[in-house]
Amino acid sequence: MQKITMNKLYKLQFEKVQDSYVLLFPEGMINLNPSAAEILLQVDGKKSDQDIIKALHLKFPDAPDDLAEDVLDFLRHAQSKEWIHCE
Amino acid sequence: MSKSTVNETIKKQSTPSAGPPLWLLAELTYECPLHCPYCSNPVQMTARENECDTETWLKVLSQGREMGAVQLGFSGGEPLLRKDLEVLVKHASDLGFYTNLITSGIGLTEKRIKALKEAGLDHIQLSFQAANADANDLIGNKRHSFSQKLHIAKLIKQYDYPMVLNFCLTAQNIDAIEEVLELSHELKGDFVELATVQYYGWAHLNRDHLLPSKDQLEQAESKVNAWRDQHNGNGPKFIFVTPDYYETRPKACMNGWGSTFLTVTPDGSALPCHSAKILPLTFPNVQEKSLQEIWHDDFSFNKFRGLDWLPKPCQDCDEKEKDFGGCRCQAYMLTGDMHNTDPVCDKSPHHHLMAEIINDTSPKKQPIFYRDPKTEIPIAVLDSKILNSHPAKSRE
Repeated sequence: MQKITMNKLYKLQFEKVQDSYVLLFPEGMINLNPSAAEILLQVDGKKSDQDIIKALHLKFPDAPDDLAEDVLDFLRHAQSKEWIHCE
Repeated sequence: MSKSTVNETIKKQSTPSAGPPLWLLAELTYECPLHCPYCSNPVQMTARENECDTETWLKVLSQGREMGAVQLGFSGGEPLLRKDLEVLVKHASDLGFYTNLITSGIGLTEKRIKALKEAGLDHIQLSFQAANADANDLIGNKRHSFSQKLHIAKLIKQYDYPMVLNFCLTAQNIDAIEEVLELSHELKGDFVELATVQYYGWAHLNRDHLLPSKDQLEQAESKVNAWRDQHNGNGPKFIFVTPDYYETRPKACMNGWGSTFLTVTPDGSALPCHSAKILPLTFPNVQEKSLQEIWHDDFSFNKFRGLDWLPKPCQDCDEKEKDFGGCRCQAYMLTGDMHNTDPVCDKSPHHHLMAEIINDTSPKKQPIFYRDPKTEIPIAVLDSKILNSHPAKSRE
């Protein structure tokens, strides 16, 4: 995954009342857990999967070693759901 | 125990706690340039002079967002008939709503599509009545509406909106579903709702004419599945909605009464679903009460909230958390009592009513009604021309 972009059908947004990030799309909403939200917040159309893992290690220095695996799992899931596009 | 504590306890028990109304539907007007016989609007529609003004809608949007509403639908009737639509969209977008315009496309221009984009509109859902000009114009009773819709669909894509296409399927147009799939593909719809009509409002009045046979439904669904297989996930995402008349379990109507949806009608009535006005309940009005009071405290919103109110057999059913007893409006329309289990459920003592409706071969009691009696194309044409062109319909 060299370059990851958000599918423009989906909009990532923080919801104060729900105290969580959500993905919004035509007439629908997906609630994201905090880890999923942190990963998607890194998706900027420029970073690769490895760049995202590095960025998250920097942001969360105490994160466990298997962070990379979790990130890759989630990105695959997000790709299968078409929330993101990967090149 | 003091008296006030007792009162508080009773109050807590009688008003189950509710999360935010995540979905707010703003029905801006019931007026519409189309007159589809399957319209879900009430048969008794509000006159335009009784519609809420701009200030009221702005206040409703602010209150809804404050409570945590996220999805906002601008609907109707035809919301484009409101000249203040751009003002409302701008306000909603500034508040952080995901804004959906649910439109027939009639009256939309490039200038307006551009202005709505600038106002922050997130998505446009465009309805079609059929995938060819003759049937589309006849069902909506508006000449040249099909060609206008094609033009608007291209503009929606040109201005980079997510586009959902909506086709309401009835006995009149369901056999031509392949044409619908092809048109959706050609127009590059992102999602396509193949919505078999549900029988509320005008659609309930015209149900005899509109309800497809089981055979028609099965054939349509298998054609959609074959298309999905052939295209291997490419092209539009088709969502096939079956009518619950042929089911044995009811739909989880509105995700449960007063749990997720709040509709505000053109005159400011607040409803737990857009059909609820037919029920023998008094509903509050946003011009008199805040959305907060309405959602949490109004009798009508608490009436069927949660599971405690459920009748038998729902009360003892292990599926009650899946469907919440089904649809209150359907229970009322078909059994005469809104407290009953939705008769779609085969555990309901009224389930036989569904079979009676589905298998009814008696002559139709009345001609099909357009939503507006001032029709451009005479009713008799719709009744004979389209219905007779589908001999596959077993009920004919």
